[in-house]
Amino acid sequence: MYDGGKIITGLILFVLLVTFPIWYNHGNAGAVPKVELPKVAKECVLPASEMRTSHMQLLNEWRDKVLRTGDRSFDVKIGDKEYQKSLMNTCMQCHISKKKFCDKCHSYASVKPYCWDCHVAPVE
Amino acid sequence: MDKKRRDFLKIAGVSTLAGLGGTSVIGQMLSGSTPAEAGAAKEVSGHGNEHAPAAHGSNPHGSVAKSGKRLGMVIDLRKFRENPHLGEKVVEACHSTHNVPDFPNKKDEIKWTWLTEYEKAFTEHSHYYKDHSTLDHEVLVMCNHCDNPPCVRACPTRATFKNKEGIVAMDYHRCIGCRFCMAACPYGMRSFNWRDPRAGLDMNTINTRFPTRMRGVVEKCNFCAERVGIGKQPACVEACGSSKALVFGNLNDPNSEIRKVLKANYTIQRKPSLGTHPSVFYIV
Repeated sequence: MYDGGKIITGLILFVLLVTFPIWYNHGNAGAVPKVELPKVAKECVLPASEMRTSHMQLLNEWRDKVLRTGDRSFDVKIGDKEYQKSLMNTCMQCHISKKKFCDKCHSYASVKPYCWDCHVAPVE
Repeated sequence: MDKKRRDFLKIAGVSTLAGLGGTSVIGQMLSGSTPAEAGAAKEVSGHGNEHAPAAHGSNPHGSVAKSGKRLGMVIDLRKFRENPHLGEKVVEACHSTHNVPDFPNKKDEIKWTWLTEYEKAFTEHSHYYKDHSTLDHEVLVMCNHCDNPPCVRACPTRATFKNKEGIVAMDYHRCIGCRFCMAACPYGMRSFNWRDPRAGLDMNTINTRFPTRMRGVVEKCNFCAERVGIGKQPACVEACGSSKALVFGNLNDPNSEIRKVLKANYTIQRKPSLGTHPSVFYIV
């Protein structure tokens, strides 16, 4: 191999540079986002762990039920109280801050949901 | 390779036959039905619940659905002539309820319901020697929520569809902004968001119970599906108060108020010859 030393050093440097974020943070995930929980309610429509993993599926389900099958009944329950299936009129009535709740995790995970292109976030 | 030309042609012929006929034979054996039945089954499953009224209601010739709910409206233009400010009040009520933006440039305009001249609303009716009241007063127009809606057939994503209650609804999540529905609507009742609609709204005074739209989707009157669904009257009907200028109800229920009004008055529809079967009726 011609210039073997240069190529191998170059390759090592390249690999080191590319993997920089991995070894620099060595397994540290960084500060976990802290969301502001509602003060008015203790429970959500589903247990917190389920909400954390599948709130997006739930919102899609609500959307399809309300918009496409026209089922606008107030059948979401927290305890005995019934709520309608609505992002703006149910979720955001307790989670009064989009910036301190939704955006916290969404910016951490670098996801950009398009909900707010149309749906109106609470005034902050 | 020791292949004779004769052998090669035999193999080629058999594999061509297998390729042409084999797949369909296997498909039939797997589904266990004739092709005609299989096609029909696919047709049925292709129509979801949302298309239930359309499925039994509108054949290609556009016959009117007899069963199920079909929401409609009667617009009494006599009441609008008596009270000249009622029209503007109705439009304002609709547009503020649904966060419809206000753009001064005609090309960017978004409208759900508005007032227009008689001959523009009723192009099929004779306009020679109009009387004063027809000349001086404008007609309230909105989506006709047709029973045989051409916009629904044109939509490639089923973003616009006919719901269980006979409302021609829009699902803005699905709209790709192709504007086929605008070309298909014979009444021109649809608007396209050329610009971000929020630029034409005062975000401090909007209705926070209803979303806005985004740039690049088509919008139109939704017969207040979000209000009707929770037992309220449409915003425009509510704005008329007790004047009965607008009567809203189920056209398929013979005892409903709207049917009584239709029975007691001569009504006309917009462009009836097109066979779209509008659900909006006018008392002129």
